[in-house]
Amino acid sequence: MAIQVNSIRREFPILHQEVNGNPLIYFDNAATTQKPKVVLDAIQNYYEVDNSNIHRGAHTLADRATRQFEETRESIRAFIGARESAEIIFTRGTTESINLVAKTFGSAFIQKGDEIIISTLEHHSNIVPWQMLCEQNGAILRVIPITDAGELVWEEFEKFLSPKTKLVSVVHASNALGTINPVKRMIDAAHAVGAKVLLDGAQSTSHLDVDVQALDCDFLTFSAHKLYGPTGLGVLYGKRELLEAMPPFLGGGEMIREVTFEKTTYNTIPFKFEAGTPSIAEVIAFKPALDFITSTGKADIHRHEHDLLQYAVELLQDVKGVIPVGTATEKIAVFSFNIQSMHPFDVGQLLDARGIAVRTGHHCTQPLMRRLGMEGTVRASFAVYNTRTEVEVFAQAVTKIASLKNK
Amino acid sequence: MSTIADIQNEIVSEFEILGEDRESTIFYIMELGGSLEPYPEDFRKEEYIIQGCQSKVWLVAEEKAGKVHYRADSNTDITKGLISLLIRVLNHRSPREILEANLDFIPRIGMGNILGSQRSNGLAAMMNQMKRYALAFQTKQNV
Repeated sequence: MAIQVNSIRREFPILHQEVNGNPLIYFDNAATTQKPKVVLDAIQNYYEVDNSNIHRGAHTLADRATRQFEETRESIRAFIGARESAEIIFTRGTTESINLVAKTFGSAFIQKGDEIIISTLEHHSNIVPWQMLCEQNGAILRVIPITDAGELVWEEFEKFLSPKTKLVSVVHASNALGTINPVKRMIDAAHAVGAKVLLDGAQSTSHLDVDVQALDCDFLTFSAHKLYGPTGLGVLYGKRELLEAMPPFLGGGEMIREVTFEKTTYNTIPFKFEAGTPSIAEVIAFKPALDFITSTGKADIHRHEHDLLQYAVELLQDVKGVIPVGTATEKIAVFSFNIQSMHPFDVGQLLDARGIAVRTGHHCTQPLMRRLGMEGTVRASFAVYNTRTEVEVFAQAVTKIASLKNK
Repeated sequence: MSTIADIQNEIVSEFEILGEDRESTIFYIMELGGSLEPYPEDFRKEEYIIQGCQSKVWLVAEEKAGKVHYRADSNTDITKGLISLLIRVLNHRSPREILEANLDFIPRIGMGNILGSQRSNGLAAMMNQMKRYALAFQTKQNV
């Protein structure tokens, strides 16, 4: 069924405003998506009615808060097709989820001389934690190269795989270019040499149907705020046997079973990895965000976003001075581009003058930008509430800006 | 010769003519960058890059007959335009005049609002660096 974009837009209060005298066109969805009213209401309701610390108090409010908190965990389990909700760990975001794996799985199971494979497409948050680990324990980082279109070079990936490979940590869909990596094939190939696989799903979970059992990935990381949910909340999915074998991440309350000054025993998963009071309101308000996606229909959302991407490409591909960046065959709804002889910042500022919000710069992927021989790009990324009319206004604005320096 | 205050007033009235339209204001700033004196390639080095700017800005200053001569460049057109305004106000002044200058044209033309906080911080970093050069030349004159 086609997306009823007008009725969806009514659910997002923030969209109905003017920016610099023009109706807001929000095309920075790969950075963060806007929140539907059900999410805002859930945050408000939590603080007005249920606010209480979870998993402890013997009183009614604590019980209500705990129940709702755990309901979100169950919703996430269903959303990504995990076996059990204990495999869902709450973190502060994708970055923390990856760092958690680097610090715990990394320190316990990756030794000097072992190899970790990442790709040129990675966000800094899937590069730096591994560099830190390698510096600490003498492991070796291998980086899969890409083609000019922004696709991984499969043969090079295969060459890297060996019994020394302990982990492949790879982005499912690139935030800067939109490339969707052939992750199922990658996971199977990595498993064949005994390596584990972490999928950075920060971009893919909001655009694709990500099923951890079908993919058989060992870890999946993503952030709630890119899925129409609150900021400051991330998810780490891990297979039970791995999570159980890994040492804890942070020490403190909640993650313990029993503490004496001589020795502490740890709680079971997922609580072993959730020290301290979590972002309770955010967790509770994430459930309506997931429900919104599910009831709108993942497949319909993807079709709608893909249609917008195709339309943007169609309107802009032949405009003089517009250089699309990242032309992989399989892409999420990200249109990255540059304008000949103009800096992305200037393009972004001119678009902002017309109320169009895009991201400009290196997108936290400096090695990728270096590989492509550019400082950065302008990135328009689409979501369920964007319209074809918005794409037209955007394309007109880009065409005008391009004409400044490309007569 | 007109004073720093005179030139600032000139700039403010030029921007007033542009009115409220943000896009034409930005186009105008980008055009201004074209008037910058070519930047000497010998000074396109890391040590001449101003820290605190998101875009790259190179700035070098020399003292000639007691006056400071600035040259600058950037990799973005808007920033080039902004530097050209600063240079127009401060170029060929004595270090003392530069150090005592009250640079108020930026808030007066509503630039903070147009630029957003990141670029405004960059602009402040440029002004500080220009004043730092003036201070160095003044110290040298006093020795």
